[in-house]
Amino acid sequence: MSAAHVAVAGRVAPRRRASPIRRLLLPPLGILCVLAYWELHIRVFNVPTYLVPAPSVIAQTFVEEWPTLQRNVGATVIEATGGFFIGNAVAILLAILFVHNKTMERTLFPIAVAVRTVPIIAIAPILVLLLGNGYAPKIVIAALICFFPTLVNMVRGLEAVEGSALELMRVLSATRRQILFKLRLPSSLPFLFAALKISTASSVIGAIVAEWIGADVGLGYLIVISTFEFRTGLLYATTVVASLLALGLFLAIVILEHLIVRWQPDTPRQ
Amino acid sequence: MGITFSTSSGPLRALDGVSLAIRPGEFVSLLGPSGCGKSTLLRLVADILAPTDGTISVAGEPPASARRRRAFGFVFQDATLLAWRDAEQNILLPLEIAADARNARQRAQRLLELVGLAAFGGAYPWQLSGGMRQRVAIARALITEPQILLMDEPFGALDEITREYMNLELLRIWDATRTTILFVTHSSPEAVFLSDRVVVMGTDPGRVKLDLHVALPRPRDPAMKETVEFARHTAAIRRALIGETRPA
Repeated sequence: MSAAHVAVAGRVAPRRRASPIRRLLLPPLGILCVLAYWELHIRVFNVPTYLVPAPSVIAQTFVEEWPTLQRNVGATVIEATGGFFIGNAVAILLAILFVHNKTMERTLFPIAVAVRTVPIIAIAPILVLLLGNGYAPKIVIAALICFFPTLVNMVRGLEAVEGSALELMRVLSATRRQILFKLRLPSSLPFLFAALKISTASSVIGAIVAEWIGADVGLGYLIVISTFEFRTGLLYATTVVASLLALGLFLAIVILEHLIVRWQPDTPRQ
Repeated sequence: MGITFSTSSGPLRALDGVSLAIRPGEFVSLLGPSGCGKSTLLRLVADILAPTDGTISVAGEPPASARRRRAFGFVFQDATLLAWRDAEQNILLPLEIAADARNARQRAQRLLELVGLAAFGGAYPWQLSGGMRQRVAIARALITEPQILLMDEPFGALDEITREYMNLELLRIWDATRTTILFVTHSSPEAVFLSDRVVVMGTDPGRVKLDLHVALPRPRDPAMKETVEFARHTAAIRRALIGETRPA
């Protein structure tokens, strides 16, 4: 009887990956297909424009109403970005405070949760009453909506430090400030950017919701007005602008993340 | 300069009546089963933990003041490198914290050469192998020119071949720096091969079972591991350990 044996010959097939051109082209192609179907459906079934405008009508409105859109998007940009910066800055500072002072965390965190549980739609009128009709209430609402996810993520990020890294800092006799700047803050950055990406879209939502309550300028104001006046083309064009604004903020954060977080957060090797 | 302990700590009694004196420049290994308090002992020396009672003296002063004048280098089981810093920046961390900028980059470069990573100063931790990361950690521990290097199972996570190579590297580095080394390990061959003395500890509570002087000549050579003399040492350690783990 011959000895049992295993013969191995051949090579491992490389994993197929979509070519970069295909990966770049497929998403716009998908969008194009949806738009084409939309246009066709409305033409074939004669859907009235005041109900759902065709993409071509929306595009036309976009061009015709550009000055109006431009004027109103400016206000929303100020409110959303202002709220984004203030809400996130407060969240980051509070997270740093919480990590260093457990008493503060136990005292203030329930308040933060309570603020979170109040629906933003319910706070909006209160803030408009308090702060008037200008930018202030919108910025505060956008800030409130950004605040909580960043606070939670940032606390987690600041505390997601290896025990041995803290022991190392102890052996090196590092001060708390050094531990914060050289260890905790850098290691929290991936967590922070995850939260900031959520915040970009929420800040735009916050600003628009606030504008519904009381405003004479802004995308939210434009949405209300165009709905009441059955200017459905303008309503859709405004919606597109709003989502482009959120997308723009999101992309800005993604680019910033790529510039700052240049290391691999988790080690792929064991 | 040396370290002396005598502890019988607190209600938990992690360590009881451990009494050790370590001479300057000595290479001492602490060996024992999990939970015997060898890592705890290392952390007491480095003033990461504080003893409930008992005294530890490092070159005649308490651990806290030795720590503050940065007398210790500490190497952990995982390299504990900061992912956002390249190898050189990781090695420079202790100097940044000590606000000591004197020839910092030359010193880092010298240490990179000492640990055999001269060409890898710009490499990030995720680009380095486990053994290379641990060498960066050793270089980082050495940059403050510590009197005592405390190593907590530094090669425990490495494969056997890399580990043997790292043992030789460590002896070469020790020879070049002549620092005192207190080395925690689970492996008796590793302890015998590296050390002047092997201290075997027992559990419940942690105490010294055997304080073995290693009579092998230096420089050590891997071929020594096959000698009768080497086997006699590991056998003595094994007997001390087995006596420990036999059910009561």
